[in-house]
Amino acid sequence: MFHQVLFIIFGLICVAGAVNLLMQRHPINSALSLVVVMASLALIYLLLGAEFLAAIQVIVYAGAIMVLFVFVIMLLNAGAEEHSPGSKIALLMGVPGVIVLGCLVGWIMISNNKQLGGVSISPTDFGGPHNIARLLFRDFLLPFEITSVLILIAIMGAVVLGRRSN
Amino acid sequence: MDIKTFIIVAVIKIVLVVFILLTGVAYTTLLERKLVARIQNRWGPTRVGPFGLLQPLADGIKFILKEDMVPDSVHKVLYIMAPMLALAMSLISIAVIPFGPSITVNGTTTALQITGVAHSGGGLSDINIGLLIILGATSIGVYGVALAGWSSNSKYSLLGSLRASAQMISYELALGLSLVGVLLLSGSLSLREIVNAQGQAPWWGWLPHWYIFPQILGFFIYLMAAYAETNRIPFDLPEAETELVAGYHTEYSAMKFAMFFMAEYMNMITVACLATLLFFGGWHGPVPQSAPAIVQSLMPVFWFAVKVFFFMFLYIWIRGTLPRFRYDQLMAFGWKFLLPLAIANIIVTSFIVAWRA
Repeated sequence: MFHQVLFIIFGLICVAGAVNLLMQRHPINSALSLVVVMASLALIYLLLGAEFLAAIQVIVYAGAIMVLFVFVIMLLNAGAEEHSPGSKIALLMGVPGVIVLGCLVGWIMISNNKQLGGVSISPTDFGGPHNIARLLFRDFLLPFEITSVLILIAIMGAVVLGRRSN
Repeated sequence: MDIKTFIIVAVIKIVLVVFILLTGVAYTTLLERKLVARIQNRWGPTRVGPFGLLQPLADGIKFILKEDMVPDSVHKVLYIMAPMLALAMSLISIAVIPFGPSITVNGTTTALQITGVAHSGGGLSDINIGLLIILGATSIGVYGVALAGWSSNSKYSLLGSLRASAQMISYELALGLSLVGVLLLSGSLSLREIVNAQGQAPWWGWLPHWYIFPQILGFFIYLMAAYAETNRIPFDLPEAETELVAGYHTEYSAMKFAMFFMAEYMNMITVACLATLLFFGGWHGPVPQSAPAIVQSLMPVFWFAVKVFFFMFLYIWIRGTLPRFRYDQLMAFGWKFLLPLAIANIIVTSFIVAWRA
């Protein structure tokens, strides 16, 4: 009961942050809304019993990546952006489309509740560092290493693109 | 323990810790002024109270009574939010620090830690990601500094906060990696368990089982990275007064400035606590077995406080001794020296741990 109330509160904060991210004109406000989204996601992880993941979410996403975003915005001294008038087709087709899609997904989820099943979390140290390490470095070692190579390639790509041409 | 006692005990612990912490912050400023004065062959503050002991009180009253100015062209919301964020994040970190094992008052046993509980069976447990919470709070604390400089809309503030955030991001890496060696040795992220692991039998019968001895390299990397993280001399470029007036808090006055000031000193205390817990055996020290029970449960807190005081003294000593780095030296030192050294330390430590297992 208490968990559900907290989940609803942080879920609402998360969605409100995401909407605010789109509505704000100033890039720094948008970036800070994204920090709110990340932090409330971390709290939802915490409610699920994945405390290690929650801490890492705060340190890596809210702490490191978003600080770099804010840093770059500050460095470029980016000002407020102007809102362009939205296209009419998007308004006429997009909004009903999103509503229909949302209803459809919701209806499928509710009507096939039994077949889909719930997420079960084993109570014993599910999100602890030991279990996550076991998954990452034993069960899913190859995908994990391949991901790191992928990120390395992305870094090298950024260096190549950002290099000054002589 | 029923829920009512639990809440009462928790509130008492929070109020007590915050009160002691804030008093500690106030008297650290006095200690710093006194010690730096003695290093420079002066007396320091002597006018308010005996030996100037009431000086922090006078400073506090001055900060509260001063006019709280908000410059014209600031981004108002962020300008007000930034000092609050900095202060809040430095207060959060203290919640996971264990000051001692446990204490029994009126038949109620509780852990000497805000986020620690005592089980009915007699065991103690605390939050099992304590160290990560401190690192997380530190990394969110960067926003306080970054936003303060940006929202002030002044070139000195902006330059100061750009320097500060770049420095804090760079040294956070070395700081985090320097702790991995200790984590490998103790096998836990819970601060209480890390301290308990250092309470084992001494090495060769006389050397305390503290992690500073196997992790001496990690300790020095931690110390340097932590000084940079708290913006202290020799890494206090964000507030280099000869170049930047006062850095990111140039445009702040009265209590808002005091909040940044308090956050900085609170971070110093947290860093000193963490160094004590991870490398210096936390609250472990000789406790006389014949003493009454209350003395036996408070003696560890005394040892903890002594070790923390030693680190605070070191902070001030270094401030009185060393000059400031140049900015490019700072960056080169962090990325080209500390970071590779920390990684090498992890590799060597993990080989030794794997070999002994």
